[in-house]
Amino acid sequence: MRFTLKKDKSGVVIVGVEGQLIVGNRQELKQKVLDALEEGSRKFVIDFSKTGYIDSSGLGVLVSLSKKIREQGGELRLAGLNADLQTLFELTKLDTLFAITRTAEEALAAF
Amino acid sequence: MKLEVPSDLGLVGDAVELVATHLPPGTLSPRRISFNLRTALAEALGNAIRYGTGEDPGRTVRVRVEVGRDVVRIYVIDDGQGFDPSRLPDPTHPDNLERDYGRGLFVIRHLVDDVAFNEKGNGICLTLRAG
Repeated sequence: MRFTLKKDKSGVVIVGVEGQLIVGNRQELKQKVLDALEEGSRKFVIDFSKTGYIDSSGLGVLVSLSKKIREQGGELRLAGLNADLQTLFELTKLDTLFAITRTAEEALAAF
Repeated sequence: MKLEVPSDLGLVGDAVELVATHLPPGTLSPRRISFNLRTALAEALGNAIRYGTGEDPGRTVRVRVEVGRDVVRIYVIDDGQGFDPSRLPDPTHPDNLERDYGRGLFVIRHLVDDVAFNEKGNGICLTLRAG
């Protein structure tokens, strides 16, 4: 499991989650995003196209990051959820809290 | 299959992989192993370490996996004081939606076919039926 981080030409930070987002690695994701926020980035996409599963701690860190980014006047979008992950967001009603797109490209286009 | 997992949240992912990759093929579909089992076990282990053993590195959480012809049962037991699973608030209530905690048991219940706790509340049994 690992996180990748890059910026597109308009300054949107794209974080890729490879493997899983769970209790054991959620703090690492949180820190990467907070560091980018601290450096002035305000638009974020988290790309789950290579993510196998997310536990409730992972969901919790996404909720926490969403709040922090919004507080700084920024915006967070989620992308690339497979059918199972989409179901997870729907049953926890977190699909109502996040802007979710099918692909990272669609998320970038939406900013 | 039996595991003793040290009380370290960083080991949850490895423990889950160990269980998932050592299940005999055929009882559960690859998709149910890949998503339902992995997620539910990560939840149960994470809860046991965080709330049961308090992330005390000197303590462990026991995992036992029983595989039947058409059912897999996973027991996760810690040595903590236990809790009352009936007293958890609904994480989907609008008042709770923006909390960053409180979804673990809710997620487990939706991913496996049956959830049972021992009397003390420090042990959980996850049942996944064939398919």
